[in-house]
Amino acid sequence: MVHQYKLNGYNIVLDTASGSVHTVDDVAYDIIEMYEKEEPAAIVSAMLQKYKHLPDVTEDEVLACIDDITALKEAGRLFSVDAYEKLACDYKNNSKVVKALCLHVAHTCNLNCSYCFASQGKYHGERALMSFEVGRQAFDFLIQNSGTRRNLEVDFFGGEPMMNIEVVKQLVAYARSVEKQHNKNFRFTFTTNGMLLDDDVIEFLNKEMSNVVLSLDGRKEVNDRFRRDYAGRGSYDTIVPNFKRLVASRGGKNYYVRGTFTHHNVDFTNDLFHMADLGFTELSMEPVVCPPSDPCALTEEDLPILFEQYEILAKEMIKRKKEGRGFTFYHYMLDLKNGPCIYKRITGCGSGTEYMAVTPWGELYPCHQFVGDPKFSLGNVFDGILHPEVQDGFRSCNAYARPECKECWARLYCSSGCAANAYHATGSINGIYRYGCELFKKRIECAVMMQVAEATEK
Amino acid sequence: MSRIQTIETKDVAKTVKTGGCGECQTSCQSACKTSCGVANQQCESQK
Repeated sequence: MVHQYKLNGYNIVLDTASGSVHTVDDVAYDIIEMYEKEEPAAIVSAMLQKYKHLPDVTEDEVLACIDDITALKEAGRLFSVDAYEKLACDYKNNSKVVKALCLHVAHTCNLNCSYCFASQGKYHGERALMSFEVGRQAFDFLIQNSGTRRNLEVDFFGGEPMMNIEVVKQLVAYARSVEKQHNKNFRFTFTTNGMLLDDDVIEFLNKEMSNVVLSLDGRKEVNDRFRRDYAGRGSYDTIVPNFKRLVASRGGKNYYVRGTFTHHNVDFTNDLFHMADLGFTELSMEPVVCPPSDPCALTEEDLPILFEQYEILAKEMIKRKKEGRGFTFYHYMLDLKNGPCIYKRITGCGSGTEYMAVTPWGELYPCHQFVGDPKFSLGNVFDGILHPEVQDGFRSCNAYARPECKECWARLYCSSGCAANAYHATGSINGIYRYGCELFKKRIECAVMMQVAEATEK
Repeated sequence: MSRIQTIETKDVAKTVKTGGCGECQTSCQSACKTSCGVANQQCESQK
């Protein structure tokens, strides 16, 4: 399958199955579009007619271009065949390891953000903190079920994990004390709203966390619309200085300043630019996840605005990089030369199989977005998987699980998307969250364009 | 190939034989938590 598009002055041709990217002139663009549908004579005729004002578009030139396309096809770089479907099913069925846990150390939060998918950290349940004993058992469960995988990831999540920071510190110490004997390497992530960060915690996080995710929605008025405490006070003035101190002493380790945009700030690039202007360089901004009836839900009318926003963002990032003040946007991080292998691209995010969420009580769910929905309970860290039939549903999620994905050029970039988004949009983890697909495809088009821009300027 | 410039990319098809170690980061652990993208993940064996 081939996907062609024009963006920012570039004609771009993607070959889905090989991952190849080509940038072409207008003539080649049109020829590639016709290549599989028309005979060479018809292509020559059409090109001579369309480009009769261009003296270099001759019959010989068009035929030479067709030969070039044929050569690329024979080299497996254009119109290549996707033969990975069986691979996806076999790989996931044969892999029984768990390699990542999202530890819900605090089902409570000191902010009261009305748009929170986790209902202010409670996940539609009771407020709770994870005990050290439950957390330790989660680590033991992960080690026992990780097979030969060396790199294991644990995300300290909430609610707000700072509400249970002493247990986080104890769990990190425990993990460090056992990782060598089991030949494991723990990589920790900490996701925080920033309200309770002090110098001691910042030192701890910067020493132990491979990645920290710092929640900020952007401009003060945008951030403070939703991200408020229980007294109704905005969080911006507290968290921005805290995040600046944390990042200043991070020593180059990974972090993301991560925001959520809603119907109320569809001009979200201004929030990203604001974050960049604050001095943050590693940025992420996600569309809100909420029911369509919610006033902050993104609408069909928002979609073309959001497309334009993603283009504005890509162009501005190219410009700022040239000016020596570049920043990273999570969804535009695309390494065409050293990116993921085919197995990563076809097996999805791993929710419910190699990745699970753990509640404060030790229950296992396929991921943080399913926590609190009893239909998706997998078991617990003490007894292991008790509902293999639920897990089997997630094991079948891959880039080919949905008929629509088999026809989509982006399937090896999203690996068929987020099961939770699909479930919330359609009632099935094998459904299609079309809105999310549209945004995702636009982001990939922009990300590839940025790569093309960089490669062709050298 | 003056009309077509091929950007240097990893040949995904070749990784059928070389890939699959599973040591790379779980995609949702990095920053999004509300969507799925795999193409922006780093290959652990290429680090």
